[in-house]
Amino acid sequence: MFEYAPAPESRSVVDIKPSYGLFIDGRFVDPADGGSLKSVNPASEEVLAEIAEGGAQDVDRAVRAARKAYEKVWGPMPGRDRAKYLYRIARIIQERSRELAVLESLDNGKPIKESRDVDLPLVAAHFFYYAGWADKLPHAGFGVNPQPLGVAAQVIPWNFPLLMLAWKIAPALAAGNTVVLKPAETTPLTALLFAEICQQAELPAGVVNIVTGAGETGRALVEHDGVDKVAFTGSTDVGRAIARAVAGSRKKLTLELGGKAANIVFDDAPVDQAVEGIVNGIFFNQGHVCCAGSRLLVQESVAEQVLDSLKRRMAQLRVGDPLDKNTDIGAINSAAQLARIQELTEAGAAEGAQRWSPPCELPERGFWFAPTLFTGVTQAHRIAREEIFGPVLSVLTFRTPAEAVEKANNTPYGLSAGIWTEKGSRILWMADRLRAGVVWANTFNKFDPTSPFGGYKESGYGREGGRHGLEAYLNV
Amino acid sequence: MTATTTSARSDLSELGRSETALRTFLHGLPGVDQVGAEQRAAQLGTRSIKTTAKAQAIDLAIRMVDLTTLEGADTPGKVRALAAKALRPDPADPSCPHVGAVCVYPAMVPYVAEVLRGSAVHLASVATAFPSGQAPMEIKLADTRAAVEAGADEIDMVINRGAFLAGRYAEVYDEIAATKQACGDAHLKVILETGELATYDNVRRASWLAMLAGGDFIKTSTGKVPVAATLPVTLVMLEAVRDFRAATGRQVGVKPAGGIKTTKDAIKYLVMVNETVGPDWLDPDWFRFGASSLLNDLLMQRTKLTTGVYAGPDYFTLD
Repeated sequence: MFEYAPAPESRSVVDIKPSYGLFIDGRFVDPADGGSLKSVNPASEEVLAEIAEGGAQDVDRAVRAARKAYEKVWGPMPGRDRAKYLYRIARIIQERSRELAVLESLDNGKPIKESRDVDLPLVAAHFFYYAGWADKLPHAGFGVNPQPLGVAAQVIPWNFPLLMLAWKIAPALAAGNTVVLKPAETTPLTALLFAEICQQAELPAGVVNIVTGAGETGRALVEHDGVDKVAFTGSTDVGRAIARAVAGSRKKLTLELGGKAANIVFDDAPVDQAVEGIVNGIFFNQGHVCCAGSRLLVQESVAEQVLDSLKRRMAQLRVGDPLDKNTDIGAINSAAQLARIQELTEAGAAEGAQRWSPPCELPERGFWFAPTLFTGVTQAHRIAREEIFGPVLSVLTFRTPAEAVEKANNTPYGLSAGIWTEKGSRILWMADRLRAGVVWANTFNKFDPTSPFGGYKESGYGREGGRHGLEAYLNV
Repeated sequence: MTATTTSARSDLSELGRSETALRTFLHGLPGVDQVGAEQRAAQLGTRSIKTTAKAQAIDLAIRMVDLTTLEGADTPGKVRALAAKALRPDPADPSCPHVGAVCVYPAMVPYVAEVLRGSAVHLASVATAFPSGQAPMEIKLADTRAAVEAGADEIDMVINRGAFLAGRYAEVYDEIAATKQACGDAHLKVILETGELATYDNVRRASWLAMLAGGDFIKTSTGKVPVAATLPVTLVMLEAVRDFRAATGRQVGVKPAGGIKTTKDAIKYLVMVNETVGPDWLDPDWFRFGASSLLNDLLMQRTKLTTGVYAGPDYFTLD
């Protein structure tokens, strides 16, 4: 046997303070009513830091700072000068990427190989990409002189804390808006380190404000009168509440919500690569991915063979310490999320689906869930309809391309889909019929700042990324 | 594999009798997606192998080296020195294992055999008009027999790439089968020369063809064309031997050759073997490295691990 010795990334590269204030108007300040939350390492349940809980007064202060910065500095600034700041931020992110990656893995629980090789490169790429647009907005296809909206309120989730921050802040700033961003309450640390990066880049005060807190803080932010634009990524339930709250106001809204994506494998698929794609589709980031390929639709004639290969591959997944460079699956982000995954998987078994996991030792402390596969799943099962947001794959079969399309579309969501076939014409035929914002062919979970991302139906509206992503932050 | 269900298991040995059956079978194998295969190989390359795992990997890699010299300038003196090194790679450290085999041209086999006699190091010889394979069949077979008679217990043959690329699969099959017969008890390694096959689909088909025709090992390259062993090519070949064993019950070895020069490279291959086909192949009987300069880098890293410091290149023998 070839046992890999522990290969932990050093956590000494990152300096976590015992407590953090709110980042408002260019400096860290204490919250008005002194509320606080604790951010824990989900792999060990160790408290990492105390985080300020912003109240309505703090949100108001942050929005006013953003308004002032928008009117006096950032709005009037020529695009080429805004670009300089964004390029500077992008370069600092690259320089400090190891520190940011370690902090992300500590706070979120994701494996260091993902924060190092996926999250951080994409974060820097997003800032570089939108920096390039800042002085070229008249050529973006939104009129000769498109204008920013003003102050953007941005609420982001815990699954890709820094990447979602980049998706929100980079286009907003490039287009000339200022922002107040609320990171998720379980993963605020990289956003606070980003605030330090804004200081290091000498970004004018008030252009970026970070207000930490939980649901109430987010509600105060999106409902604030001084906000011109609301951008939210998170659950469909919260997205609905936000849509109700901003209805009838002047606020422009984009939502990126849940998903229950179909990953469709045809009988002529490149099997070994399809299996990699299935694994990447559902086990990447512990399945905490809105566009995860959580429903495997496999053609019945090859189902047995694909499942055998998939099980063999799943047995190779290494679950454990997120900071170990050889870890494939890290910790579940929170006790609450773990409970949700457990509830749905128990429902899956109770409703008659067959559950399988490879032999897998889970650490004693922290929040963990073994990679899990359900076969014999039908469209009527809860695990085929509800977003689990964990390392749990539901396997369904189909007989014909038309049936594959019908099953793939038979969900209230429509964020992404995957197609695996060697036949190019079938890829195009399928892509025309799948009601999903992103369709991947012979790959999955591929992201690029130049490519728009967003949903159909209850997966939300508006697009992030690419030229299309600018529209959400321009008065068009 | 789509083409190898349980019911097909008994029929595989009959495939070589018909050009049509062979073609249908090989073209029925699942395709390889180039981007996906390269991505998987790259991901496996990011594994971090440290301390005890590294020490274990280095010793295993040394035992898997086919220490090779295939030059026009090879002389009895040169190959004797190489054989001596194969037996005792690190004269300063008796705990250092010997390599898997020495690999030379047929004319050099007798001189190597003298040195290796009585040892556990195998003697491999290239044959079949290596490296091009462009010679009449009887000459290729005579080449093989001569090498075996001179003392080689492993034969590295080249496939007829011209026939393969022209779609004459039965011809390639027959040549491999005939060479296998000419080998007698010697092990047959079949060199696919993947750099000339160009696509991963071809690599998968050639791998199956070589295994169906009786090859004991499939090997990537001669080392004589610009593109030699790569991680993705080796991945596709490992998947092929894994699926072949599942279909037929027979285990076939894999040998990447050419361009593997550093310990870091070798460890990436071992990680790939470990996570693609598993521990059954983590043995010199089932996985080899065709290499020359790799051995000294392995020795250097081995010394670094035991002593904590790097020794200069002059502390390792050049042969």
